[in-house]
Amino acid sequence: MRKIIWPPHRWAECRRLAYRILAVAGIAVAPAWATGSELSREDIQWLDRVTYGPSTVTVDEYLKLGRRRFLDEQLHPKDVRLPQPAADQIAALDISHSAPADLLAAVYKEQQRINALPDETQKQTDRKALNDRGNKLAYEAARSEILHALYSPAQLQEQLTWFWLDHFSVFQYKANDAWLVGDYADHAIRSHALGHFRDLVMATLTHPAMLQYLDNAQNAAGHINENYARELMELHTLGVGSGYTQQDIQELARVLTGVGVNMAGNEPKLKPEWQRLYRHQGAFEFNPARHDFGAKTLLGQRIDGSGFDEVEKAVDVIVAQPACAQFVSRKLAIYFVSDNPPRSLTDRMAKTFQKTHGDIADVLETMFKSREFAASLGTKFKDPMHFVISTVRLAYDGKPIVNTHPVMNWLNALGEAPFGRQTPDGYPLTESGWASSGQISRRFEIARNIGSGNGGLFDPEDGTPATTSGFPQLSTRLYFSAVEPFLSGNARTALNHAGSQLEWNTFLLASPDFNYR
Amino acid sequence: MKRRNFLQMMAMAAPALTVTGRVFAAPPGSPRFLLVFLRGGYDCANVVIPYSSSYYYETRPNIAVPKPTGQSDDGAVVLDSNWALTPVLRPSIAPLFAQRQALFIPFAGTEDLSRSHFETQDSIELGQPLQGSHDLNSGFLSRLAGVVNGAQPIAFTDSLPVCFRGNSDVPNISLKGVAKPVFDARQASILSDMYAGHHLQPAVRDGLELRQEVSMVMEQEMKEANRDSITPKGFELEARRIGRLMREQYRIGFIDVGGWDTHVNEGSGQGALANNVDSLGKGLAALAQELGGEWRNTVVMVVSEFGRTFRENGNKGTDHGHGSVYWVLGGSINGGRVAGEQMKVERANLFQDRDYPVLNEYRGVLGGLFVSLWGLSSDQIQRVFPGSTPLDLNLV
Repeated sequence: MRKIIWPPHRWAECRRLAYRILAVAGIAVAPAWATGSELSREDIQWLDRVTYGPSTVTVDEYLKLGRRRFLDEQLHPKDVRLPQPAADQIAALDISHSAPADLLAAVYKEQQRINALPDETQKQTDRKALNDRGNKLAYEAARSEILHALYSPAQLQEQLTWFWLDHFSVFQYKANDAWLVGDYADHAIRSHALGHFRDLVMATLTHPAMLQYLDNAQNAAGHINENYARELMELHTLGVGSGYTQQDIQELARVLTGVGVNMAGNEPKLKPEWQRLYRHQGAFEFNPARHDFGAKTLLGQRIDGSGFDEVEKAVDVIVAQPACAQFVSRKLAIYFVSDNPPRSLTDRMAKTFQKTHGDIADVLETMFKSREFAASLGTKFKDPMHFVISTVRLAYDGKPIVNTHPVMNWLNALGEAPFGRQTPDGYPLTESGWASSGQISRRFEIARNIGSGNGGLFDPEDGTPATTSGFPQLSTRLYFSAVEPFLSGNARTALNHAGSQLEWNTFLLASPDFNYR
Repeated sequence: MKRRNFLQMMAMAAPALTVTGRVFAAPPGSPRFLLVFLRGGYDCANVVIPYSSSYYYETRPNIAVPKPTGQSDDGAVVLDSNWALTPVLRPSIAPLFAQRQALFIPFAGTEDLSRSHFETQDSIELGQPLQGSHDLNSGFLSRLAGVVNGAQPIAFTDSLPVCFRGNSDVPNISLKGVAKPVFDARQASILSDMYAGHHLQPAVRDGLELRQEVSMVMEQEMKEANRDSITPKGFELEARRIGRLMREQYRIGFIDVGGWDTHVNEGSGQGALANNVDSLGKGLAALAQELGGEWRNTVVMVVSEFGRTFRENGNKGTDHGHGSVYWVLGGSINGGRVAGEQMKVERANLFQDRDYPVLNEYRGVLGGLFVSLWGLSSDQIQRVFPGSTPLDLNLV
């Protein structure tokens, strides 16, 4: 990297001067808001919450539509197409061309072949090749998430996709999940992210990634595994301490017997009376031969043995609990409003949830239009995902990246890699989970790393030569209209002491101003 | 020198600074305490094996660890007439037990019955009475640090654990991969000043300062590694670094180790659980070695949020249970025995016909240990564990 060291005070002056020249020279093409004060501090803080942070495209759209219509489009996105450069990258991924059932069947076949190999060394080599291939697909899934978060016009849907991926967390290194996380994100999560909560529960419940991750694929009559049943109530729907008992967990585990994964892709041979109860879709299957058909009592309601219908009924019972509305509303409010959201707000959100049978967009509308939300702007500490994505949106505004490895490395270093949470509770949503002394110093180091150069963001992943390059230019028009006017005195002082662009970038990205949304 | 002054000193272009060069508030020979939290609920019954229980072998047909034979050198290690140690701990923890530097407390745990990892971990780390409202910003190690003179607390973790939440700022740093600090004194001071008056300021200062400190410790490690061709990995590497930092400075430490949630194919004397236990045991033995002479002033306690079902499940694993087995290690503890209240391991004594009961409640056990270690008054221990009565298990 080329390092230019300027005398600190001179350097800051040069920057200001350079910008003035730029501003004058570029006035004809500058967006209207770039020179005026059309955007208030509150506008920017509002955009920092509803989106992954301002970019020129987002700000233009916001000014064109006005806040009310902008929010409406975010809550009910019609156009979710990514801009061409990002869409092309996603279209070129292997995960965009393969059905998870086919992938699993191929993995299964390959695993059988490997297990039958006589030579131990060959076994290990082939197993490693298979794992590498799985990890490549999991990386593609993460790549797709990052590109969506950076460039989708449906910014709120993307935040919700991340939120639900974390709420219904799966881990790429469990069982064969590496092969499945891409499909899980696209089809179990993103397509329901602003829809009905019950659909999300069913979509995750019937997805092989979840069934493998929480061991329900192994849950069968006489071989009960209660792992998923417990987390389904504790982490996905009701919350611990909401009133269900160990007995309820055991009963739900019985309901879930036979809900599993068909790796090989062959339909099992079943007794005639079971054949009509067999269900499958892709690699998901409900196998009546593995199901406990005894009657169950869940949360006080009797569920008679009838096969997969029991699961539908159990989910109906669970999501209709007032505790579910409260639990989900509170979690959304923690993500979008405050580490400790006021009860007045979560009660109203829960009311909307119950009235609309869990319409997520409606619950969010209640939240975004509340005075509690307005009063909270600028006070949420960015988690690493928000930090990294908002940084790239600002630093490479209008210049789409073609390589997501650096972004993955930053997320990894900060401890929030997509599909990388081992435990099913998902990543922390509050400041205390991300702002310890060790995490802050790490974040500053990553800020420096991001500020020090593009780190390969513009080197195509297929190895073809880069057609463009770029240094993180944080002092863009976007910066001068969306960031600079609202900087705190402390941040200004630090920026004035910067001895190089690298330092200036580092201080800006490390500032309290930039680390809260 | 106080940690607080570090940045100022750096800014004055201080000469080479070593951790050993510090002056500490605590007198030499004062106790050190490290809490090791096994997250995920480790299957204690396959680590400290109730080998006199026929029910253990009956109900774990696929995963029970075979009885000690008394002759082989690679089987389970007899602790007393009822308990034996899993074979993988033979090289690491068994020698400490033989030197009375290790003991085990079966039927230990919390009365929290949620059987949820997260709920139970949090409630243990908060260490508050189960009934009544909880202060989520007050962990018991933080309260302990508040009553102990010269506590110098630290968490060797990526994020600050719940047990260290509180008003005082406790530094944390992961020792898994540590590189050279990237900021010079001038940059560190600009970054720190940017947070003047902000509630994150203490964390910002601690973070920048601790990175410098730890990298000095790592420099020592590098020098020694050049002489010693074996480079430890994984938990052992972390444990050695912890040993070094606690030998030199820190008196109350915390580390967590994950990967204990063995619902499927956990194995018996070998396998997934055994591998994890092996790495834990080797790390703790390395820690003892690294602490050198300070090992005799150190107590390490190994806990987990709950035990697991006494019976194996349908997948050769175990599900979330209740009572656990805690470990206590240290250079001058009353070790070489199995401590605390016990009962016969048989079906009739299982809690809810599935788990070990809790006979040695963790707040009482830890409270009793802290009272003996630091000579805490009853008022002080009440501040650490409100409403709890310290149990005197004669641990140290």
